[in-house]
Amino acid sequence: MAGIGHPVAEGNGRGYLAERGWRSWAFTLDHKRIGAMYLWSTIFFFLVGGVFALLLRLELLSPQTRYFSNHAYNVFFTLHGAMMIFLFIIPAIPSGLGNFFIPLHVGARDVAFPRLNLASYWVFVAGFLVIIGSLVAPMDTGWTFYTPYSAKSAAAVTTLSLGLFLIGMSSILTGLNFIVTIHKLRAPGMTWHRMPLFIWGMYATSIIQVIATPVVGVTFLLLAAERLLGVGFYDPAKGGDPVLFQHFFWFYSHPVVYVMILPAMGIISEVIPVFSRKPIFGYKAIAYSSLAIAFIGFLVWGHHMFTSGMSPLANAIFSFLTFFVAVPTAVKVFNWIATLYKGSITFESPMLYALTFIFLFAVGGLTGPFLGALATNVQLHDTYFVVAHFHYTMMGGTVMGFFAGLHYWFPKMTGKMLNEKIARLAWALVFIGFNVTFFTMFIVGTRGMPRRYAEYIPKFHTENVISTIGSAVLAVGILVMCWNFLQGLRKGAPAPADPWRALSLEWRAASPPETENFHEIPVVTEWPYSYGTPKS
Amino acid sequence: MDNVLAFGAASSQAGRVDALFLVIALIGGFFFFLTQGILIYFAVKYRRRLPDRDNVTPSITGNPLLEFLWILIPSLVVVGIFYYGWRVYADQRIYVAGATEVHVNARQWMYEIKYPDGRTAINEIRVPAGKPVRFILSAADVLHGFYLPDFRVKMDMIPGRVTTLWVQPDRPGSYQIYCTVYCGTGHSNMLARLIVMPPREYAGWVERGGREGGEAGAKEPLHERGERVVKGAGCLNCHAVEGKEKIGPNFRGLFGSKVPLEGGTSVTADEEYFRESIVDPGAKVVKGYPNVMPTYKTSMPPDDVRAAVEYLKTLK
Repeated sequence: MAGIGHPVAEGNGRGYLAERGWRSWAFTLDHKRIGAMYLWSTIFFFLVGGVFALLLRLELLSPQTRYFSNHAYNVFFTLHGAMMIFLFIIPAIPSGLGNFFIPLHVGARDVAFPRLNLASYWVFVAGFLVIIGSLVAPMDTGWTFYTPYSAKSAAAVTTLSLGLFLIGMSSILTGLNFIVTIHKLRAPGMTWHRMPLFIWGMYATSIIQVIATPVVGVTFLLLAAERLLGVGFYDPAKGGDPVLFQHFFWFYSHPVVYVMILPAMGIISEVIPVFSRKPIFGYKAIAYSSLAIAFIGFLVWGHHMFTSGMSPLANAIFSFLTFFVAVPTAVKVFNWIATLYKGSITFESPMLYALTFIFLFAVGGLTGPFLGALATNVQLHDTYFVVAHFHYTMMGGTVMGFFAGLHYWFPKMTGKMLNEKIARLAWALVFIGFNVTFFTMFIVGTRGMPRRYAEYIPKFHTENVISTIGSAVLAVGILVMCWNFLQGLRKGAPAPADPWRALSLEWRAASPPETENFHEIPVVTEWPYSYGTPKS
Repeated sequence: MDNVLAFGAASSQAGRVDALFLVIALIGGFFFFLTQGILIYFAVKYRRRLPDRDNVTPSITGNPLLEFLWILIPSLVVVGIFYYGWRVYADQRIYVAGATEVHVNARQWMYEIKYPDGRTAINEIRVPAGKPVRFILSAADVLHGFYLPDFRVKMDMIPGRVTTLWVQPDRPGSYQIYCTVYCGTGHSNMLARLIVMPPREYAGWVERGGREGGEAGAKEPLHERGERVVKGAGCLNCHAVEGKEKIGPNFRGLFGSKVPLEGGTSVTADEEYFRESIVDPGAKVVKGYPNVMPTYKTSMPPDDVRAAVEYLKTLK
């Protein structure tokens, strides 16, 4: 075995899943079980958020509202956005796959603070229960809660902000836990430059979670104070400033897009070398570019506000800085592609999703400069062009990375193999459906169709019909994928410890791993990417 | 005329934005086809042909020159794009002297237009071609947007602040205005038009005190004039004549009907009820509808109110 020469652990067949009963889950301190609970929860909200998206697409089949009222449409897009962002895409990879694989990747028995880890899951649950409670008067403010509308709206904004406050708290606790774990619990011999790149991505992510999330927490508290106590922070009628809310909101919500994308980029950096049997190209560049993205990401929030009446000078500075997020991002893409060079490439489903990530993320990334450049931003801001752009980066990027990770680690998490044929069929449907749905939005956006419109003028009809057809294909693809997961869980063939012949430490543990992961903490002697033959 | 590549759809400024768009599209397209072309080429060329042989791949872990270049080149390209975008934008933001000024105040869900000479209008702005126009934007209740896609510009409208925007309308025509900042239930009905008139026609229109065709107005039946008033005042943004309801009650069949009110009472919809609902909409709020309609007390002259009521009576 090239790479880290440790014997593969023999499992008892059920590993960490051996214990049964709800108590064994609700009170577990095992990072793998907590990770699995996060995965179930976040995938559930992904599907619910997806249903709202399909309802939106259904309504947009006709220029005039036909199936729902304008208000219902506004509620649907608010819930679609809020659920996908706060309950799915932010926690899914960090709290789900991160919880499961960070300790395994660094060769630890668990995260640094297992009780805190369990607490952050239950705070998350408390958060989403409060959010479900807010559905008595469902939100119609958009997921951005712009004031003064959100300060005046009759919807349960205060309740929802409380729920999001709790979700944010959970996110902070998880980030803190991961930072300490990565600093203190790496196996002997695992220097910083021998860490898997997924860990680098998660490290950068955790820093953002800990630094940025408190700001949105405070923002929601101020909003609650304004609604409940009448203190005028944001409403000009009470002496506040609505643009202040936007600054607060984006100071969190821009960095948080890197909380969404960096872990996915980490997954891609793991999958590409394994399936091309090549060392990762430019390890340090990929590792440090994650930190660079996290750092620059704090300085560019103003690019969401180029038309908000900020001074032209401030706009210019934000625009300039924004373009420098593009560089470390481009570097990663170049490195992944270079890794393929002279490889021995196979196309199992994790690799298909990883390559799809690169392709779709390139579209998302290269449509960024239209929005980063001031004059074109002023034209395209708040149109469907923006909707298309962030779906290409967030769904085409993060969600494809998440799917790659789910397929890649399914054997490890469950001890079962997936049906590869069905996985590829689902991939094909997702790929086609996604592009048909969202590429048309670039077109309709450049033609000037504003976002968040329940009704639109008839000249945009054709594009909207095409987009809706694409969304149906995409939905079928995702259903097939979910069905495949359930079939794999029920009757998949038993998975060996290392089905992909990968070298990182999680594959040295049994499939599924035992409680506490390793019989003996491994000693690391080299990096996990020694796939090629050394030249000597 | 609304496609990006319809160069300069409504003004020379729009042409400059389109040129920038095209340049970014070409650069982006070049890098897209370059990187994805290589990706696909590698994926095909280096696909595993032989059964599992682990030792055939070389151990390549980096290339300092290549990595330096692919940091340097994108950095230079993005600085270039930034600079170009900034130049075009900076010219949009300068103060233009001698512009026609139009005040636009947004509220849920209409645009109230005021010209410096006191003329007012709803959802329709008329300006002469060939002369810069400066919009002075404000909002009464929540955030709104002012988006002129044919001129490639937009600006948010913010309660408690004034923002401005100028365009140079070169070609006469009727151009769409959208609200682009989500503002509640009627957001997608919040539309208006910018009508750019040949300078001579515009002068005539101003002389007539901002009314269409001077002579025809005198002989026009009251309910026909009312129809114009109702359409021009943006009533139909929130009240459908028939079919699916929008924000407020539908108009058809309203006259003479018994209307249930908030608070449990009811009223018969007669002329006085219509008049009162236009000038003081909060006085009798129909049960089950939000009290969001703004008053037309100052913006609709009494003659127009009477005409509007006559029109509403015809909708049986």
